[in-house]
Amino acid sequence: MAFSSEAPPRPVQAGRLVDHFQYGLDAPICLTWELTYACNLACVHCLSSSGRRNPRELTTDECKAVIDELERMQVFYVNIGGGEPTVRPDFWELVDYATAHRVGVKFSTNGVRITPEIARRLAASDYVDVQLSLDGATAEVNDAVRGAGSYATVLRAMENLAAAGMRGFKISVVATRHNIGQLDAFKALADRYDAQLRLTRLRPSGRGADVWDELHPTAEQQRQLYDWLVANGDQVLTGDSFFHLSAYGEALPGLNLCGAGRVVCLIDPVGDVYACPFAIHDTFLAGNVRDVGGFTRVWRESELFRELRQPQTGGACTKCSAFDACRGGCMAAKFFTGLPLDGPDPECVQGHAEALLVGGDRAASAPRPSQDHSHRGPVRGQPVLLGLPARRESRPARMCDESPLA
Amino acid sequence: MSAQIHADADFDLDAAWRLHPQVAVRPEPFGALLYHFGTRQLSFLKDRRLLAVVQELADCPSAAEACRVAGVEPATLARYRAALARLAHSHMIART
Ligand code: SF4
Ligand code: SF4
Repeated sequence: MAFSSEAPPRPVQAGRLVDHFQYGLDAPICLTWELTYACNLACVHCLSSSGRRNPRELTTDECKAVIDELERMQVFYVNIGGGEPTVRPDFWELVDYATAHRVGVKFSTNGVRITPEIARRLAASDYVDVQLSLDGATAEVNDAVRGAGSYATVLRAMENLAAAGMRGFKISVVATRHNIGQLDAFKALADRYDAQLRLTRLRPSGRGADVWDELHPTAEQQRQLYDWLVANGDQVLTGDSFFHLSAYGEALPGLNLCGAGRVVCLIDPVGDVYACPFAIHDTFLAGNVRDVGGFTRVWRESELFRELRQPQTGGACTKCSAFDACRGGCMAAKFFTGLPLDGPDPECVQGHAEALLVGGDRAASAPRPSQDHSHRGPVRGQPVLLGLPARRESRPARMCDESPLA
Repeated sequence: MSAQIHADADFDLDAAWRLHPQVAVRPEPFGALLYHFGTRQLSFLKDRRLLAVVQELADCPSAAEACRVAGVEPATLARYRAALARLAHSHMIART
Protein backbone atom coordinates (compact mmCIF):
# COMPACT_ATOMS: atom_id res chain seq x y z
CA MET A 1 0.00 0.00 0.00
CA ALA A 2 2.59 3.48 0.67
CA PHE A 3 1.65 1.48 -1.01
CA SER A 4 6.16 3.85 -3.08
CA SER A 5 7.75 2.52 -4.48
CA GLU A 6 5.22 1.64 -2.12
CA ALA A 7 1.80 1.23 -3.42
CA PRO A 8 -0.36 -1.80 -2.88
CA PRO A 9 -2.87 -2.77 -5.46
CA ARG A 10 -6.21 -1.20 -4.84
CA PRO A 11 -8.03 -3.18 -2.16
CA VAL A 12 -11.28 -4.58 -3.38
CA GLN A 13 -13.20 -3.05 -0.50
CA ALA A 14 -11.02 -0.10 0.36
CA GLY A 15 -13.14 1.67 2.93
CA ARG A 16 -13.33 -1.03 5.51
CA LEU A 17 -9.80 -2.33 5.33
CA VAL A 18 -8.61 0.86 6.95
CA ASP A 19 -10.22 -0.04 10.24
CA HIS A 20 -8.27 -3.29 10.41
CA PHE A 21 -5.06 -1.86 9.04
CA GLN A 22 -4.63 0.78 11.68
CA TYR A 23 -3.76 -1.86 14.27
CA GLY A 24 -1.13 -3.43 12.04
CA LEU A 25 -0.86 -6.83 10.39
CA ASP A 26 1.21 -9.94 11.04
CA ALA A 27 3.20 -9.13 7.90
CA PRO A 28 3.41 -6.03 5.75
CA ILE A 29 1.42 -5.78 2.56
CA CYS A 30 3.42 -2.95 1.15
CA LEU A 31 7.02 -3.75 1.67
CA THR A 32 9.58 -1.69 -0.19
CA TRP A 33 13.05 -3.14 -0.43
CA GLU A 34 15.78 -0.93 -1.74
CA LEU A 35 18.53 -3.21 -2.95
CA THR A 36 21.26 -0.64 -3.50
CA TYR A 37 22.00 3.03 -3.06
CA ALA A 38 23.89 2.98 -6.37
CA CYS A 39 22.25 4.79 -9.26
CA ASN A 40 23.26 5.97 -12.70
CA LEU A 41 21.09 9.07 -12.31
CA ALA A 42 20.96 11.91 -9.79
CA CYS A 43 17.28 12.92 -9.70
CA VAL A 44 16.79 16.12 -7.73
CA HIS A 45 13.96 14.69 -5.62
CA CYS A 46 15.36 11.21 -4.86
CA LEU A 47 13.58 10.01 -1.74
CA SER A 48 16.54 7.90 -0.65
CA SER A 49 19.35 10.34 -1.54
CA SER A 50 20.85 7.63 -3.74
CA GLY A 51 23.90 7.71 -5.97
CA ARG A 52 26.80 5.76 -4.49
CA ARG A 53 26.72 2.14 -3.41
CA ASN A 54 27.16 1.53 0.31
CA PRO A 55 29.91 -1.04 1.00
CA ARG A 56 27.79 -2.63 3.74
CA GLU A 57 24.90 -3.48 1.42
CA LEU A 58 23.37 -6.93 1.96
CA THR A 59 25.17 -9.73 0.14
CA THR A 60 23.42 -12.09 -2.25
CA ASP A 61 23.12 -14.73 0.48
CA GLU A 62 21.78 -12.25 2.99
CA CYS A 63 19.19 -11.09 0.47
CA LYS A 64 18.14 -14.69 -0.13
CA ALA A 65 17.75 -15.21 3.60
CA VAL A 66 15.45 -12.18 3.72
CA ILE A 67 13.41 -13.66 0.86
CA ASP A 68 13.15 -16.95 2.78
CA GLU A 69 11.71 -15.00 5.68
CA LEU A 70 9.27 -13.15 3.47
CA GLU A 71 8.08 -16.47 2.12
CA ARG A 72 7.51 -17.80 5.64
CA MET A 73 5.66 -14.63 6.62
CA GLN A 74 3.60 -14.87 3.42
CA VAL A 75 4.51 -11.44 2.19
CA PHE A 76 2.74 -11.62 -1.16
CA TYR A 77 5.05 -9.35 -3.06
CA VAL A 78 7.83 -6.82 -2.58
CA ASN A 79 8.35 -3.48 -4.24
CA ILE A 80 12.01 -3.50 -5.15
CA GLY A 81 13.72 -0.17 -5.63
CA GLY A 82 16.92 1.66 -4.91
CA GLY A 83 18.92 3.47 -6.17
CA GLU A 84 18.66 1.73 -9.48
CA PRO A 85 18.17 -1.91 -8.45
CA THR A 86 19.04 -3.37 -11.85
CA VAL A 87 22.65 -2.23 -11.53
CA ARG A 88 23.20 -4.84 -8.82
CA PRO A 89 25.03 -7.70 -10.54
CA ASP A 90 22.83 -10.25 -8.75
CA PHE A 91 19.56 -8.42 -9.47
CA TRP A 92 18.01 -11.00 -11.82
CA GLU A 93 19.23 -13.84 -9.63
CA LEU A 94 17.37 -12.31 -6.68
CA VAL A 95 14.22 -11.69 -8.73
CA ASP A 96 14.23 -15.33 -9.83
CA TYR A 97 14.85 -16.50 -6.30
CA ALA A 98 11.94 -14.45 -4.96
CA THR A 99 9.44 -15.60 -7.56
CA ALA A 100 10.53 -19.22 -7.15
CA HIS A 101 9.60 -18.80 -3.47
CA ARG A 102 6.21 -17.30 -4.25
CA VAL A 103 7.19 -13.79 -3.37
CA GLY A 104 6.01 -11.61 -6.25
CA VAL A 105 8.22 -8.76 -7.38
CA LYS A 106 7.43 -5.33 -8.65
CA PHE A 107 10.58 -3.38 -9.31
CA SER A 108 11.08 0.31 -9.98
CA THR A 109 13.60 1.33 -12.58
CA ASN A 110 14.64 4.30 -14.65
CA GLY A 111 14.75 1.88 -17.59
CA VAL A 112 18.48 1.85 -18.13
CA ARG A 113 18.74 -1.96 -18.27
CA ILE A 114 15.41 -2.79 -19.95
CA THR A 115 16.81 -4.12 -23.21
CA PRO A 116 14.65 -6.01 -25.73
CA GLU A 117 15.99 -9.27 -24.33
CA ILE A 118 15.20 -8.40 -20.71
CA ALA A 119 11.79 -7.13 -21.80
CA ARG A 120 10.99 -10.53 -23.30
CA ARG A 121 11.99 -12.24 -20.08
CA LEU A 122 9.81 -9.95 -18.03
CA ALA A 123 6.83 -10.38 -20.32
CA ALA A 124 7.06 -14.14 -19.82
CA SER A 125 6.67 -14.00 -16.03
CA ASP A 126 3.39 -13.65 -14.15
CA TYR A 127 5.16 -12.90 -10.94
CA VAL A 128 7.24 -9.91 -12.01
CA ASP A 129 5.92 -6.44 -12.64
CA VAL A 130 7.88 -3.42 -13.77
CA GLN A 131 7.47 0.18 -12.80
CA LEU A 132 9.18 2.84 -14.89
CA SER A 133 9.85 6.24 -13.37
CA LEU A 134 8.87 9.23 -15.47
CA ASP A 135 8.35 12.73 -14.12
CA GLY A 136 7.36 14.66 -17.22
CA ALA A 137 5.25 13.86 -20.26
CA THR A 138 7.82 15.78 -22.28
CA ALA A 139 11.61 15.52 -22.23
CA GLU A 140 11.88 19.12 -21.11
CA VAL A 141 9.86 18.63 -17.93
CA ASN A 142 11.15 15.14 -17.17
CA ASP A 143 14.83 15.80 -17.71
CA ALA A 144 14.81 18.92 -15.56
CA VAL A 145 14.12 16.63 -12.59
CA ARG A 146 15.67 13.32 -13.65
CA GLY A 147 18.58 14.43 -15.84
CA ALA A 148 19.36 14.89 -19.52
CA GLY A 149 18.64 11.81 -21.59
CA SER A 150 16.51 10.12 -18.94
CA TYR A 151 13.28 10.70 -20.91
CA ALA A 152 14.76 9.01 -23.99
CA THR A 153 15.96 6.11 -21.82
CA VAL A 154 12.59 5.46 -20.23
CA LEU A 155 10.73 5.76 -23.53
CA ARG A 156 13.05 3.19 -25.07
CA ALA A 157 12.31 0.88 -22.14
CA MET A 158 8.56 1.33 -22.72
CA GLU A 159 8.97 0.56 -26.40
CA ASN A 160 10.90 -2.59 -25.54
CA LEU A 161 8.33 -3.77 -23.01
CA ALA A 162 5.41 -3.11 -25.33
CA ALA A 163 7.18 -4.83 -28.22
CA ALA A 164 7.78 -7.88 -26.01
CA GLY A 165 4.07 -8.08 -25.25
CA MET A 166 4.29 -6.95 -21.63
CA ARG A 167 0.89 -5.58 -20.66
CA GLY A 168 -0.07 -3.43 -17.72
CA PHE A 169 3.40 -2.45 -16.60
CA LYS A 170 3.40 0.69 -14.49
CA ILE A 171 4.46 4.20 -15.41
CA SER A 172 5.11 6.00 -12.17
CA VAL A 173 4.94 9.77 -11.99
CA VAL A 174 5.74 12.01 -9.05
CA ALA A 175 3.28 14.90 -9.25
CA THR A 176 5.09 18.26 -9.27
CA ARG A 177 4.39 21.90 -9.97
CA HIS A 178 5.72 21.40 -13.50
CA ASN A 179 3.77 18.32 -14.52
CA ILE A 180 0.31 18.77 -12.96
CA GLY A 181 -0.73 20.30 -16.29
CA GLN A 182 0.32 17.11 -18.06
CA LEU A 183 -1.96 14.61 -16.32
CA ASP A 184 -3.98 13.87 -19.46
CA ALA A 185 -0.77 13.53 -21.45
CA PHE A 186 0.58 10.98 -18.95
CA LYS A 187 -2.64 9.02 -19.18
CA ALA A 188 -2.46 9.05 -22.99
CA LEU A 189 1.15 7.88 -22.86
CA ALA A 190 0.22 5.00 -20.57
CA ASP A 191 -2.69 4.04 -22.81
CA ARG A 192 -0.45 4.09 -25.87
CA TYR A 193 1.83 1.45 -24.31
CA ASP A 194 -0.96 -0.54 -22.71
CA ALA A 195 0.55 0.42 -19.41
CA GLN A 196 -0.99 1.61 -16.17
CA LEU A 197 -0.42 5.10 -14.84
CA ARG A 198 0.63 5.51 -11.26
CA LEU A 199 0.68 8.95 -9.66
CA THR A 200 2.47 9.64 -6.43
CA ARG A 201 3.05 12.52 -4.16
CA LEU A 202 6.27 14.51 -3.95
CA ARG A 203 7.35 14.13 -0.38
CA PRO A 204 10.11 16.16 1.24
CA SER A 205 12.19 13.02 1.83
CA GLY A 206 15.84 12.50 0.91
CA ARG A 207 16.93 15.05 -1.67
CA GLY A 208 13.23 15.81 -2.06
CA ALA A 209 13.60 18.07 0.98
CA ASP A 210 15.94 20.35 -0.97
CA VAL A 211 13.49 20.92 -3.83
CA TRP A 212 10.15 20.51 -2.10
CA ASP A 213 9.50 24.25 -1.72
CA GLU A 214 10.01 24.80 -5.46
CA LEU A 215 8.41 21.61 -6.78
CA HIS A 216 5.45 20.69 -4.62
CA PRO A 217 2.12 21.57 -6.25
CA THR A 218 0.57 24.94 -5.40
CA ALA A 219 -2.73 25.00 -3.52
CA GLU A 220 -4.52 25.66 -6.80
CA GLN A 221 -2.76 22.73 -8.47
CA GLN A 222 -3.71 20.45 -5.57
CA ARG A 223 -7.34 21.24 -6.30
CA GLN A 224 -6.74 20.55 -10.00
CA LEU A 225 -5.11 17.24 -9.11
CA TYR A 226 -8.00 16.31 -6.83
CA ASP A 227 -10.58 17.07 -9.50
CA TRP A 228 -8.60 15.02 -12.01
CA LEU A 229 -8.41 12.11 -9.58
CA VAL A 230 -12.14 12.26 -8.87
CA ALA A 231 -12.74 11.97 -12.62
CA ASN A 232 -9.99 9.44 -13.45
CA GLY A 233 -8.96 7.90 -10.14
CA ASP A 234 -10.33 4.46 -10.87
CA GLN A 235 -7.91 4.14 -13.77
CA VAL A 236 -4.73 5.20 -12.02
CA LEU A 237 -2.84 3.79 -9.08
CA THR A 238 -2.00 6.18 -6.29
CA GLY A 239 -1.15 4.01 -3.30
CA ASP A 240 -1.51 6.16 -0.22
CA SER A 241 -0.34 9.32 -1.93
CA PHE A 242 -3.34 11.57 -1.89
CA PHE A 243 -5.60 10.79 1.02
CA HIS A 244 -4.83 14.24 2.41
CA LEU A 245 -6.76 15.57 -0.62
CA SER A 246 -9.89 13.71 0.40
CA ALA A 247 -10.44 16.56 2.87
CA TYR A 248 -11.78 18.45 -0.17
CA GLY A 249 -14.85 16.24 -0.02
CA GLU A 250 -14.91 12.83 -1.61
CA ALA A 251 -12.65 9.98 -0.55
CA LEU A 252 -10.36 8.95 -3.40
CA PRO A 253 -9.57 5.38 -4.44
CA GLY A 254 -6.40 4.04 -2.83
CA LEU A 255 -5.29 3.48 0.71
CA ASN A 256 -6.72 6.19 2.92
CA LEU A 257 -4.44 5.82 5.87
CA CYS A 258 -0.80 6.34 6.76
CA GLY A 259 0.32 2.74 6.78
CA ALA A 260 3.80 3.37 8.14
CA GLY A 261 4.79 0.48 10.41
CA ARG A 262 1.23 -0.87 10.15
CA VAL A 263 1.12 -2.27 6.64
CA VAL A 264 4.05 -0.40 5.09
CA CYS A 265 7.77 -0.54 5.71
CA LEU A 266 11.16 -0.23 4.10
CA ILE A 267 14.18 -2.50 4.11
CA ASP A 268 17.11 -0.35 3.00
CA PRO A 269 20.21 -1.63 1.18
CA VAL A 270 22.17 -2.24 4.40
CA GLY A 271 19.24 -4.10 5.96
CA ASP A 272 17.90 -1.29 8.14
CA VAL A 273 14.14 -1.46 8.57
CA TYR A 274 12.29 1.86 8.54
CA ALA A 275 8.57 2.51 9.03
CA CYS A 276 8.21 3.84 5.50
CA PRO A 277 10.40 4.37 2.42
CA PHE A 278 9.82 8.10 2.81
CA ALA A 279 10.98 8.12 6.42
CA ILE A 280 14.67 7.33 6.29
CA HIS A 281 15.60 8.83 9.62
CA ASP A 282 16.75 7.39 12.95
CA THR A 283 13.39 8.38 14.45
CA PHE A 284 11.69 5.78 12.23
CA LEU A 285 14.37 3.08 12.34
CA ALA A 286 12.91 -0.10 13.83
CA GLY A 287 15.88 -2.48 13.55
CA ASN A 288 17.97 -4.39 11.05
CA VAL A 289 17.36 -7.65 9.23
CA ARG A 290 20.83 -8.78 10.37
CA ASP A 291 19.68 -8.62 14.03
CA VAL A 292 18.71 -11.78 15.92
CA GLY A 293 15.22 -12.78 14.84
CA GLY A 294 15.64 -11.09 11.48
CA PHE A 295 13.00 -9.06 9.72
CA THR A 296 10.15 -11.04 11.26
CA ARG A 297 11.07 -9.99 14.74
CA VAL A 298 11.58 -6.36 13.75
CA TRP A 299 8.15 -6.28 12.10
CA ARG A 300 6.31 -8.00 14.90
CA GLU A 301 8.12 -6.84 18.00
CA SER A 302 9.88 -3.54 17.51
CA GLU A 303 8.90 -0.89 20.00
CA LEU A 304 8.59 1.73 17.26
CA PHE A 305 6.13 -0.29 15.18
CA ARG A 306 4.05 -1.03 18.24
CA GLU A 307 3.74 2.67 18.88
CA LEU A 308 2.82 3.40 15.28
CA ARG A 309 0.01 0.86 15.49
CA GLN A 310 -1.88 2.91 18.06
CA PRO A 311 -4.76 4.95 16.64
CA GLN A 312 -4.17 8.68 16.85
CA THR A 313 -6.22 10.24 19.60
CA GLY A 314 -4.80 13.72 20.22
CA GLY A 315 -3.46 16.66 18.26
CA ALA A 316 -4.92 19.52 16.25
CA CYS A 317 -6.16 17.32 13.39
CA THR A 318 -8.44 15.14 15.49
CA LYS A 319 -10.63 18.22 15.98
CA CYS A 320 -10.89 18.84 12.23
CA SER A 321 -14.15 17.98 10.49
CA ALA A 322 -12.17 16.29 7.70
CA PHE A 323 -10.09 14.12 10.03
CA ASP A 324 -11.97 10.93 9.32
CA ALA A 325 -11.07 11.12 5.63
CA CYS A 326 -7.72 12.89 5.78
CA ARG A 327 -6.35 11.54 9.04
CA GLY A 328 -3.86 14.35 9.22
CA GLY A 329 -2.01 13.28 6.09
CA CYS A 330 1.51 11.97 5.67
CA MET A 331 3.77 11.45 8.66
CA ALA A 332 6.96 11.72 6.60
CA ALA A 333 5.84 14.96 4.94
CA LYS A 334 5.20 16.49 8.34
CA PHE A 335 8.44 15.24 9.83
CA PHE A 336 10.75 16.48 7.10
CA THR A 337 9.09 19.88 6.96
CA GLY A 338 9.61 20.22 10.70
CA LEU A 339 5.91 20.04 11.61
CA PRO A 340 4.47 18.18 14.63
CA LEU A 341 3.38 14.63 13.77
CA ASP A 342 -0.06 14.99 15.31
CA GLY A 343 -0.76 18.28 13.51
CA PRO A 344 -1.77 19.06 9.93
CA ASP A 345 0.01 17.88 6.82
CA PRO A 346 2.20 20.57 5.18
CA GLU A 347 -0.19 20.42 2.23
CA CYS A 348 -3.36 20.48 4.37
CA VAL A 349 -6.05 21.49 1.90
CA GLN A 350 -7.75 23.64 4.51
CA GLY A 351 -4.56 25.67 4.77
CA HIS A 352 -3.97 24.87 8.43
CA ALA A 353 -0.25 24.28 7.90
CA GLU A 354 0.47 27.54 6.11
CA ALA A 355 1.12 29.57 9.21
CA LEU A 356 3.33 26.81 10.60
CA LEU A 357 5.42 26.56 7.45
CA VAL A 358 6.40 30.22 7.25
CA GLY A 359 7.97 31.90 10.22
CA GLY A 360 11.25 30.80 11.73
CA ASP A 361 14.03 29.22 9.74
CA ARG A 362 12.17 26.02 8.99
CA ALA A 363 14.66 24.87 6.36
CA ALA A 364 17.46 24.94 8.88
CA SER A 365 15.57 23.34 11.75
CA ALA A 366 13.71 20.55 9.89
CA PRO A 367 15.29 17.11 10.44
CA ARG A 368 17.64 15.85 7.76
CA PRO A 369 17.70 12.25 6.47
CA SER A 370 20.02 10.03 8.47
CA GLN A 371 22.09 9.09 5.48
CA ASP A 372 23.12 10.54 2.13
CA HIS A 373 24.54 8.50 -0.73
CA SER A 374 24.29 11.27 -3.31
CA HIS A 375 26.99 11.40 -5.95
CA ARG A 376 29.68 13.81 -4.76
CA GLY A 377 30.95 14.95 -8.15
CA PRO A 378 29.15 15.90 -11.33
CA VAL A 379 27.00 13.25 -12.98
CA ARG A 380 26.41 12.81 -16.69
CA GLY A 381 23.16 14.52 -17.63
CA GLN A 382 22.89 16.23 -14.23
CA PRO A 383 19.32 17.58 -13.89
CA VAL A 384 18.81 21.34 -14.02
CA LEU A 385 15.49 22.47 -12.54
CA LEU A 386 13.29 24.54 -14.80
CA GLY A 387 13.51 28.24 -14.16
CA LEU A 388 16.52 28.06 -11.88
CA PRO A 389 20.19 28.90 -12.26
CA ALA A 390 22.26 26.06 -13.67
CA ARG A 391 24.32 25.39 -10.58
CA ARG A 392 22.36 24.95 -7.42
CA GLU A 393 23.82 25.15 -3.98
CA SER A 394 22.32 22.46 -1.86
CA ARG A 395 22.52 22.44 1.87
CA PRO A 396 25.17 20.12 3.27
CA ALA A 397 23.51 16.99 4.59
CA ARG A 398 25.75 16.93 7.60
CA MET A 399 28.45 19.18 8.83
CA CYS A 400 31.17 16.72 7.84
CA ASP A 401 30.02 16.77 4.22
CA GLU A 402 31.61 20.17 3.97
CA SER A 403 34.98 18.75 4.83
CA PRO A 404 37.10 17.81 1.82
CA LEU A 405 38.11 14.66 3.72
CA ALA A 406 34.57 13.41 4.40
CA MET B 1 -25.08 -2.10 -7.57
CA SER B 2 -27.22 -4.00 -10.04
CA ALA B 3 -24.09 -5.87 -11.18
CA GLN B 4 -23.55 -6.93 -7.57
CA ILE B 5 -27.08 -8.24 -7.14
CA HIS B 6 -26.73 -10.04 -10.43
CA ALA B 7 -23.48 -11.67 -9.26
CA ASP B 8 -25.12 -12.81 -6.01
CA ALA B 9 -28.05 -14.33 -7.82
CA ASP B 10 -25.68 -16.07 -10.20
CA PHE B 11 -23.56 -17.68 -7.53
CA ASP B 12 -24.16 -21.40 -7.49
CA LEU B 13 -24.03 -22.63 -3.91
CA ASP B 14 -24.57 -26.21 -5.04
CA ALA B 15 -21.52 -26.29 -7.31
CA ALA B 16 -18.02 -27.28 -6.23
CA TRP B 17 -15.62 -24.39 -5.81
CA ARG B 18 -12.01 -23.99 -4.87
CA LEU B 19 -9.48 -21.27 -4.27
CA HIS B 20 -7.98 -20.05 -7.55
CA PRO B 21 -4.53 -21.71 -7.86
CA GLN B 22 -2.85 -18.30 -8.19
CA VAL B 23 -4.31 -17.03 -4.94
CA ALA B 24 -2.45 -16.96 -1.64
CA VAL B 25 -4.27 -16.74 1.69
CA ARG B 26 -2.73 -15.20 4.77
CA PRO B 27 -4.65 -15.47 8.05
CA GLU B 28 -4.73 -12.23 10.03
CA PRO B 29 -6.24 -11.39 13.43
CA PHE B 30 -9.42 -10.02 11.79
CA GLY B 31 -9.84 -12.83 9.23
CA ALA B 32 -7.50 -13.15 6.28
CA LEU B 33 -5.88 -11.37 3.38
CA LEU B 34 -6.07 -12.81 -0.10
CA TYR B 35 -3.72 -11.99 -2.93
CA HIS B 36 -4.18 -12.99 -6.54
CA PHE B 37 -0.83 -13.20 -8.34
CA GLY B 38 -2.47 -13.05 -11.74
CA THR B 39 -4.70 -10.01 -11.31
CA ARG B 40 -2.41 -8.51 -8.62
CA GLN B 41 -5.51 -7.78 -6.59
CA LEU B 42 -5.63 -7.77 -2.84
CA SER B 43 -8.78 -8.70 -1.02
CA PHE B 44 -9.74 -9.66 2.48
CA LEU B 45 -12.00 -11.98 4.40
CA LYS B 46 -13.61 -10.07 7.18
CA ASP B 47 -14.07 -12.88 9.64
CA ARG B 48 -12.52 -16.16 10.64
CA ARG B 49 -15.63 -18.16 9.76
CA LEU B 50 -15.47 -16.98 6.17
CA LEU B 51 -11.82 -18.01 6.13
CA ALA B 52 -12.90 -21.47 7.32
CA VAL B 53 -15.49 -21.66 4.54
CA VAL B 54 -12.89 -20.76 1.93
CA GLN B 55 -10.49 -23.34 3.36
CA GLU B 56 -13.17 -26.03 3.25
CA LEU B 57 -14.15 -25.39 -0.36
CA ALA B 58 -11.60 -27.71 -1.93
CA ASP B 59 -12.67 -30.67 0.24
CA CYS B 60 -16.40 -30.24 -0.20
CA PRO B 61 -18.66 -31.27 -3.07
CA SER B 62 -20.45 -27.92 -2.92
CA ALA B 63 -20.08 -24.42 -1.50
CA ALA B 64 -23.20 -25.04 0.58
CA GLU B 65 -21.53 -28.05 2.18
CA ALA B 66 -18.38 -26.00 2.87
CA CYS B 67 -20.54 -23.44 4.69
CA ARG B 68 -22.16 -26.19 6.76
CA VAL B 69 -18.87 -27.82 7.69
CA ALA B 70 -17.45 -24.43 8.67
CA GLY B 71 -20.39 -23.92 11.02
CA VAL B 72 -22.36 -21.26 9.15
CA GLU B 73 -25.90 -21.05 10.60
CA PRO B 74 -28.73 -21.21 8.03
CA ALA B 75 -29.87 -17.76 9.20
CA THR B 76 -26.60 -16.17 8.11
CA LEU B 77 -26.09 -18.22 4.95
CA ALA B 78 -27.17 -15.34 2.68
CA ARG B 79 -24.34 -13.17 3.97
CA TYR B 80 -21.75 -15.87 3.27
CA ARG B 81 -23.25 -16.49 -0.12
CA ALA B 82 -22.87 -12.80 -0.96
CA ALA B 83 -19.26 -12.88 0.21
CA LEU B 84 -18.53 -15.96 -1.91
CA ALA B 85 -20.17 -14.30 -4.89
CA ARG B 86 -17.84 -11.35 -4.49
CA LEU B 87 -14.83 -13.64 -4.32
CA ALA B 88 -15.97 -15.45 -7.44
CA HIS B 89 -16.49 -12.14 -9.19
CA SER B 90 -12.89 -11.10 -8.51
CA HIS B 91 -11.63 -14.58 -9.49
CA MET B 92 -10.34 -15.36 -6.01
CA ILE B 93 -12.33 -18.60 -6.10
CA ALA B 94 -13.23 -20.65 -9.16
CA ARG B 95 -15.42 -23.58 -10.17
CA THR B 96 -13.68 -26.94 -10.11
S1 SF4 C 1 4.59 8.37 6.15
FE1 SF4 C 1 3.55 9.17 4.31
S2 SF4 C 1 4.41 7.94 2.64
FE2 SF4 C 1 4.85 6.86 4.55
S3 SF4 C 1 3.18 5.41 4.86
FE3 SF4 C 1 2.63 7.30 5.94
S4 SF4 C 1 1.43 8.49 4.46
FE4 SF4 C 1 2.53 6.91 3.31
S1 SF4 D 1 -6.40 19.95 9.63
FE1 SF4 D 1 -5.50 17.88 9.54
S2 SF4 D 1 -7.23 16.49 9.23
FE2 SF4 D 1 -7.96 18.58 8.72
S3 SF4 D 1 -7.68 18.76 6.52
FE3 SF4 D 1 -5.85 19.59 7.48
S4 SF4 D 1 -4.37 17.87 7.58
FE4 SF4 D 1 -6.43 17.02 7.19
